[in-house]
Amino acid sequence: MALLQISEPGQSTAPHEHRLAVGIDLGTTNSLVATVRSGTAETLADEQGHHTLPSIVHYLPDGGCKVGHEARSAATEDPQNTIVSVKRMMGRGLDDIRATGHKLPYEFVQTDSAVPRIKTAAGEFSAVEISADILKVLKQRAEASLGGELKGVVITVPAYFDDAQRQSTKDAATLAGLNVMRLLNEPTAAAVAYGLDHGAEGIHVIYDLGGGTFDVSILRLHKGVFEVLATAGDSALGGDDLDKAVVDWIMQQAGIADDVGHHQMRRLMRDANTAKEALTESDSTEITLELDDGTHWQGNLTREQFNELVDPLIKKTLAPCRRTIRDAGITLDEISEVVMVGGSTRVPRVREKVGEFFNTQPLVDIDPDKVVAIGAGIQADILAGNKPDDELLLLDVLPLSLGLETMGGLMEKVINRNTPIPVSRAQDFTTFKDGQTAMAIHVIQGERELIDDNRSLARFELRGIPAMVAGAARIRVTYQVDADGLLSVSAREETSGVESSIQVKPSYGLTDEEITDMLKASMSHAQEDVDARGLREKQVEADRVLEAINSAVAEDGAALLSDAERSVIDAAISKLKQTREGTDSRAIKQAIDELDKATADYAERRMDASINKAMAGHKIEEFEN
Amino acid sequence: MGITLTEPAAQHIRAYLENRGKGIGLRLGVKTSGCSGMAYVLEFADELNEEDQVFEDHGIKVIVDPKSMIYLDGTELDFGKEGLNEGFQFNNPNVKDACGCGESFTV
Repeated sequence: MALLQISEPGQSTAPHEHRLAVGIDLGTTNSLVATVRSGTAETLADEQGHHTLPSIVHYLPDGGCKVGHEARSAATEDPQNTIVSVKRMMGRGLDDIRATGHKLPYEFVQTDSAVPRIKTAAGEFSAVEISADILKVLKQRAEASLGGELKGVVITVPAYFDDAQRQSTKDAATLAGLNVMRLLNEPTAAAVAYGLDHGAEGIHVIYDLGGGTFDVSILRLHKGVFEVLATAGDSALGGDDLDKAVVDWIMQQAGIADDVGHHQMRRLMRDANTAKEALTESDSTEITLELDDGTHWQGNLTREQFNELVDPLIKKTLAPCRRTIRDAGITLDEISEVVMVGGSTRVPRVREKVGEFFNTQPLVDIDPDKVVAIGAGIQADILAGNKPDDELLLLDVLPLSLGLETMGGLMEKVINRNTPIPVSRAQDFTTFKDGQTAMAIHVIQGERELIDDNRSLARFELRGIPAMVAGAARIRVTYQVDADGLLSVSAREETSGVESSIQVKPSYGLTDEEITDMLKASMSHAQEDVDARGLREKQVEADRVLEAINSAVAEDGAALLSDAERSVIDAAISKLKQTREGTDSRAIKQAIDELDKATADYAERRMDASINKAMAGHKIEEFEN
Repeated sequence: MGITLTEPAAQHIRAYLENRGKGIGLRLGVKTSGCSGMAYVLEFADELNEEDQVFEDHGIKVIVDPKSMIYLDGTELDFGKEGLNEGFQFNNPNVKDACGCGESFTV
């Protein structure tokens, strides 16, 4: 017997054509799936009643795998075959993963491919395949709960996820047999869950303190459109750190030495976690623990003491908050709502401090662990077409600027960071040398002036440019970023119409730490960058001048120059060549000026010669009009 | 005769209506489609049409248009679970034959 849901008026579907859609929060620690049933958004539970699925996959020697709670215990027993926090590896190269400093017990397979693969008992798997295994379990749960095949899903990703990470997430979904209707930024999903999209225009802050990561995002709702104004965070700060603060306190109080064993440490972490959770409800809690020597220690931790322990950590989250406000170019009193996301925002002190900082009562009504999935579920319901009068277009912003390499290894920004997507921008470039018939386009991501300090995303070539003098060709380069944050670049020579393009699917992308580092570096190296740019520009100018004078001398130097004049020019040329190799941009400028001076007469003579040549056989009168 | 609701069905409808924040009740109906001829309509109701019949059970208004009433008279709306799946079920005495899944039927 079919089980039916209540539709919106006029939206009943024909039998077997239900537009079943779910939202998936594919988290670092836990994943959830949510849907809208009979107009109510809710997360879906498994047979045991668990809503959260630990994002853990345990690969077995028989080629199969276990996902979630079943896999969790294996993480300590069989760490090599139990993959945790696979999200941190999505869209990353092996170097990226190692650079994050997280110690991973996995054995990576040596391959030429840029996509790292982990060797497990069941075979070798990439992060995309491992994520797909998690998604498959959620898909099964959703289809069992909704009684049919899913039409589509919305998957949430952190706002700072780059191209490669988004593409990997999509690939994982495809591999799991899911049709991704859209990737949605996590903060945007949280705002949707609270129905902020139905409210008045305004600026909202999403404060997301999870188990191991912290993110803060500022969204602006404008004409029914969500725009992410700015994001910041700390990828190594979360509830685990709050627990660790309590552990340190217990160890100090109980006189436990720092070199405590792994086993004892795990027990301490568990006790600390229990104490933390107890203090959400009550003003004090008893902690009893058995020491290694068999004796017991008993202590009392009050809410006040706990607050003191965690205050420095909460303060650490407020610095990124301040930064996003500055990045977004807003003031505190422009903020309408603050949405709390992540289990750690259950801690009363966190709510209090965040409320104080933003001077507003944060929204906490929806379970902070489920709020992102619920928002994704609501969005999936809309995208599947179950709500006719509610077309919502959600916008995100670019986390880092996109540009290309110009002469001298300089970064030319085409789309600036924090530009809302989807976006398309074009810029015109030209050729550097006479008769240049091809142009290499190097796509770069980052904020620094020199390309070496930024991230290379892709390279491609525009060939078949008709031979012209330097600077005559008009090459229009267009950057397009779609609603999912994926970039495509095309180049077209306007006079001839030759075209070339590339879909940027970098083999791996940037880590959020790297993004943060790159942003920081761009600020702290601002002066250096300006100087470097000045130098490179002078060097490029020197090359251009040298190129021009060399080709002129080769053409008519012998006819127009005396030996004496020739040696003066040669001296100026070699001086410019020499200073060009140095780092003194003023000296280069001077050498260019000197060469200019040395060649002034010659240039005049060339001009005369070319005019004579052009006028030869014509009468003066012909030129008078 | 008329339309009735079981206690679990009434509870869920009440919660859904409350969550939705608007609506005067629940609209039941049938439309021609599906693999066995007729299909059920189950929607929130925001307005009442002139010919509509209204039944009240467990404090919830159930609204049916007269054409559908011919096929629905005597129906009890229930809420059930099958494994993880849950939803509303029509216990309709008029049904002679239903398709395998029970989503569409003939009278």
